[in-house]
Amino acid sequence: MKIILKQVRLLNPEQKLDKQDDVLIENGIIKKIGGLTDSDYKSAKVFELENKICVPGLFDMHVHLREPGREDEETIETGCNSAAAGGFTGVACMPNTNPDIDSAEIVRFIKEKSKEHLVDVFPVAAATLGRKGEALSPMFELIESGAVAFSDDGAVIKTAGVLRSVMEYSKMFDAPVIEHCEDDSLADGAMNEGLTSTLLGLPAIPNIAEELIVARDIMMAEFIGARVHIAHISTKAAVELVRNAKKRGVKVTAEATPHHFTLTDDNVKTFDTNFKMSPPLRNRADVDAVIEGLMDGTIDVIASDHAPHAIEEKEMEFIYAPNGIVGLETMLGLVLSELVHKKHLTLEQLVEKMSINPRKILKLNTPQIKEGEKADLTIFDKDNIWTVDITKFKSKSKNSPFDKRLLTGKSVAVINNGKMFYEDKFTNI
Amino acid sequence: MSLSSKHLLGLYGVPKEDIQLILDTATTFREVLERPIKKVPTLQGKTIVNLFYENSTRTRISFELAQKRLSADTINFSTSTSSTKKGETFKDTVRNIEAMKVDMIVVRHQSAGVPQYLTKISKANIINAGDGLHEHPTQGLLDMYSIRERLGKLEGLKVCIVGDVAHSRVALSNIFGLKTMGAQVTVCSPSTMIPIGIEALGVKVIHNINEAIANNDVLNVLRIQLERNAGVRIPSLREYHQYFGVTTERIEKFNRDILILHPGPINRGVELSSEVADGPYQVILDQVTNGVAIRMAVLYLLGTMH
Repeated sequence: MKIILKQVRLLNPEQKLDKQDDVLIENGIIKKIGGLTDSDYKSAKVFELENKICVPGLFDMHVHLREPGREDEETIETGCNSAAAGGFTGVACMPNTNPDIDSAEIVRFIKEKSKEHLVDVFPVAAATLGRKGEALSPMFELIESGAVAFSDDGAVIKTAGVLRSVMEYSKMFDAPVIEHCEDDSLADGAMNEGLTSTLLGLPAIPNIAEELIVARDIMMAEFIGARVHIAHISTKAAVELVRNAKKRGVKVTAEATPHHFTLTDDNVKTFDTNFKMSPPLRNRADVDAVIEGLMDGTIDVIASDHAPHAIEEKEMEFIYAPNGIVGLETMLGLVLSELVHKKHLTLEQLVEKMSINPRKILKLNTPQIKEGEKADLTIFDKDNIWTVDITKFKSKSKNSPFDKRLLTGKSVAVINNGKMFYEDKFTNI
Repeated sequence: MSLSSKHLLGLYGVPKEDIQLILDTATTFREVLERPIKKVPTLQGKTIVNLFYENSTRTRISFELAQKRLSADTINFSTSTSSTKKGETFKDTVRNIEAMKVDMIVVRHQSAGVPQYLTKISKANIINAGDGLHEHPTQGLLDMYSIRERLGKLEGLKVCIVGDVAHSRVALSNIFGLKTMGAQVTVCSPSTMIPIGIEALGVKVIHNINEAIANNDVLNVLRIQLERNAGVRIPSLREYHQYFGVTTERIEKFNRDILILHPGPINRGVELSSEVADGPYQVILDQVTNGVAIRMAVLYLLGTMH
């Protein structure tokens, strides 16, 4: 089948590409860019995409797909549908499933379940067995079956001793260790520590809980020469630690979530559990520092930390409610609204942080907008004003603090693996 | 005159006029409590549920008594296990109770924010009887009432809260209420027991009990929770008593005019010496009596609102 993307703006900073042109895609391959002839148009489905932007497929390197274990909250299929609707062609899924992704069987199960989908799924395997922070996971086997990184996400790698081992061992594959940075002995709380937590009487988590582990992991990565990726960075001092480490040449990368550059702990005043996250929403200075870190390249990646939860679990007393929100279907809109339209990031930086950098960190090929290449593309309208409606989410879960929020910018279509998602439908192309 | 809200969730942001009205109304009910027949028909036909998710003896009894004195029908629901362990969600429990047509819910819960949450899932008037480390507004009100009863005013008074302020809903409600009423508030405790950012509320922080006694009109002394603190926030109860305990020697040396409050239950020999707990400077049992009057006032004002 043939499709033509007509008069779309092609943008890929990696190729130094930024031009408006027509693209012919045939059987999922980019056949021709520009100079289309009448015969190219013959029996082709044409999409008029003037003022729309076509970039290498967006990639979210931090999602929780919940399968196996909590299929009532999300499945690999609904998670992938949610990703496609949000403008992503690839995701990396975190290992805190049940059972955890700590065996080749589970990695293969996820690869098998996702193989027919438009969205590519790359499992992040547990760094330690059962994410208990005690014994190493079988990393050779995990990598061989398709895992792309190691993490005990949801939990920190408990001790420096085990972290050392994890880094030494994973270094053999040059695979990053993705760390959920929180010192357990300080992180027994339900929100950020500050005046707001005092006023609300909620047990609180201080910034230092995150920063101590960021510092520990940077020092360990430097000591061993291994790669560490700081997940969902949220504090000013943590950003500063990464900035300085990068200057020294430490192999550290970092990601930030839309909620950590959009919301503050002030939002918790409603006691709405959709504002309960790990790490918690911080204060204004931290939010500004995260944005600053994104601007100057200290933070390489924007990732959603898509964390589906059942309604009955989120609708709970604040201290008992689980952490996290769904994020795949609001991320692009939030990045465009909060960062691009507010002139913090350029569109090129958006593509770097949402498509190129996450794949580079996970050592995946970055899609090229070039004749002869597989079409792995995201097309979005940066100016489309829309209202978030959780009832329309493809995700099985609806736990989002952004319901009813007005956003500017939305995905129009994604193309990958010979499939296209457009106007709420998947079609083979 | 009526209150500006149909719920009492906390004292944060409650206007001065509302606090004044509750205290004045309580004065009337305080008088009722001295009568041989201590019952008035004010809330006849109203149904009130006491929803207690956390152990409580005196607060629950005080509320129950206040409800009976006002001739309301009361139901008690007490459980010390969290709903997560019980198998039924909190929301379902509340919806079931509400389906039985109740007018008011008095709630105590381990989690801050539960009273606020209740206002979203129930139509009843909600009264917070203590939520997590957040607020305990009727305690704050009865403390203010007891101070006003003895010293005739709140405005301009110097009140110092002594103890684990960081883990006390009583402290927060006192701070919010007293500041609104124009009192000067100080907190005195080891620095590990001072909540983050408390100075931003216009509260002075000190670490010297002698100074606290010398420079204040009132000390509100909080219970030191043994299970929560020993070894972590303070080295030992012995050290706490030596450096922060309120004793007769200290009172007599620094300020014989001081008024001592304590929300109870008292750890004798820790935050207060027995001599002080039973002595002439304290109004601890008056606080308990006043608590019934305050709760009657709150129930009456909310229960008769239109």
